[in-house]
Amino acid sequence: MEYLNIIFQESYKILFLLVPVLVSVAMIVWLDRRVWAFVQKRQGPNVVGPFGLLQSLADALKYIFKEIIIPASSNKVIFILAPIITMTLALIAWAVIPFGAEQVLADINVGILYIFAVSSLGVYGIIMGGWASNSKYPFLGAIRSAAQMVSYEVSIGIIIINVLLCVGSLNLNDIVIAQEEIWFVIPLFPMFIIFFISSLAETNRPPFDLPEAEAELVAGYQTEYSGMMYAMFWLGEYANILLMCALGSILFLGGWLSPIDLYPFNLIPGFLWLIFKILFLFILFALVKAIVPRYRYDQLMKLGWKIFLPLSLTYVVLTASYLFYFNLLPTN
Amino acid sequence: MIAHAIFFYFFSVIAVVSAIMVTVSKNTVHSVFFLILDFISISCLFIMIGAEFLGMIMLIVYVGAVAVLFLFVVMMLNVAQQKSQWFVSNASSGHIPVGLLISVIIFFELIIVIGGWKYKPDLFNSEDLKISEDISNTHSLGQVLYTDYIHIFQISGMILLIAMIGAIVLTFRQREGVKKQSYLKQISRERNEGVEVLEVTSNKGVKIDD
Repeated sequence: MEYLNIIFQESYKILFLLVPVLVSVAMIVWLDRRVWAFVQKRQGPNVVGPFGLLQSLADALKYIFKEIIIPASSNKVIFILAPIITMTLALIAWAVIPFGAEQVLADINVGILYIFAVSSLGVYGIIMGGWASNSKYPFLGAIRSAAQMVSYEVSIGIIIINVLLCVGSLNLNDIVIAQEEIWFVIPLFPMFIIFFISSLAETNRPPFDLPEAEAELVAGYQTEYSGMMYAMFWLGEYANILLMCALGSILFLGGWLSPIDLYPFNLIPGFLWLIFKILFLFILFALVKAIVPRYRYDQLMKLGWKIFLPLSLTYVVLTASYLFYFNLLPTN
Repeated sequence: MIAHAIFFYFFSVIAVVSAIMVTVSKNTVHSVFFLILDFISISCLFIMIGAEFLGMIMLIVYVGAVAVLFLFVVMMLNVAQQKSQWFVSNASSGHIPVGLLISVIIFFELIIVIGGWKYKPDLFNSEDLKISEDISNTHSLGQVLYTDYIHIFQISGMILLIAMIGAIVLTFRQREGVKKQSYLKQISRERNEGVEVLEVTSNKGVKIDD
C-alpha cells in the first residue's frame, strides 16, 4: 500500500509538470511563428482561435489523422524508436528544473549534470532517425547534427563550469539561491552570450539549422517521417528549446528570483518570474531565427572549436583566479 | 528494501543481457546501440549505490561522446550486415582463439582484483580516505582528487593530453588545393587591390588570370 501511495503521489506531480510543459510547447510554436512573421511584416497564424492561439492544436490534429508511412527499406524498430527517444529525453530533463524554492519534482544533488547528460543523449534520437531511414538526406542530416551537437556541448560544459565555480554546488536550487545578490549575467556576461549562441547550435535552431537545411537536405533527419512521428520530433525539438531557455534563465538570469526584492515584485510567485525569463530568452531565439542567415558548415565548426572553446576556457581561468585572489571561492 | 532489490535486478539484468547482445547481434549498428543501453544501465547502477556523480559522468562521457563516435565510425564505414554469427560459423574463425584468450585473461584479472579486495581489504589502504556522510560525493571526490592524489590526477591528465596530440598528429595530413577562408583578408581588401583598369585593344581582348 505504501508503495502504491508513493507511486500515485509522484505520478500526480509528474502530470502537473508534464501537461503544462506540453501545452506551453504548443503555445511556443505559435509564438515562434508570430514573432517570425512580425519581423518580416507578415501576420503569421491568426485565423484559428483568438489571435490564432489554437493554430498548434489544429496542426496537432492534422498530424494525428495523417497516415504514418514507414519506408520499406528502413530499419523499422529503430525508425519508430527515434522520435519516441527524442521526445522522452526532451521531457524527462524537466524533472529537475526548479520553479520555486520548493516547487521542484526531483531536487537532486547533481541536477545540472543530469540536465547536461540528458541533453547530450538527445543526439541519439536524431542519429537513430537519420540512420534508420536508410536514405541519403536523412543520413547526411544526422551526421551533421551529431557532429554539431557534440562540438557545442563542449563549450556549454565549460560555461557551466564557470557558473559552478561561483556557486560551489551542482544543485539547481543552490545555483538560483547563489544569485540572490547579483545575477550571474552581470559578472559572466560574455559567457551568457556564448551560452546563448551555443544553445542555438545545440537545439539545431537557425542560424545553425544545418541538420535540416531545406535547401540542401530536404528536411534532414526528418525527411522520411510523417504524421504523428514527425510531430513527435517537432515537439521534442521545441521542448528542448524551452529547456535550454530554462537552463539559461537558471544559470544566468536568477531562475525564480524576482529582479528586485521590493514590495510589488515580491508578490508575484517565483514560477511566474521563471516563465517570464524563459519567454524573454525564447523571443530572442525567435528573433535570431528571423534575422540571421544560415551558417556554412565549416564556419559552424570553426566557431565552435576555434573561438568558443578557447574563449570559455580562458574565462574559466579568469573566473577561478579572480575568485581565488579575492578569497570569494564558495565554501561549504 | 524490496523496491531497491527490484530496481537493482532490473538494471543488472538489462546490463548483462545487452552486454551479451553486443557480441551476438548480427548488425554492427545494433551492437553499438546495445553497448549504449549497457552504459546507461550501468550508470543507473552507479546512481543506485549513491555514486551519482560517477553515474552522471558515465552518461555524459561514455554515452554522450564516446558512443556517438563509435556510432559514427560504424555508420560511416558502412559495415554490412554480417552473413553469419561468430558462434555459428565454421569458416574464418581465426580470431576466436585470440578473443577467447583475451577474455580469459581479463576474467582472471577481475577475479584476482575482486578476490583480493574481498579477502584482504588492507591491501588497498582505504582507511586514510575520510568519507563523511554529510557532504555529497561530488564534494568528497573533489577533496580526495585535488589533495591526496593530485600528482596521479595530473599525470593521468598529461597522458590523455599526449594521447590526444598523438591522435591529431597521426591523422593530420596536409591536403593540397584546399581553399581556406580568411576573414581578415576578406575584410581588409581595398579597392586598389581588388580592381585593376586594363587597356583593352579592339578584337584582341584581355586575358584575366583567375
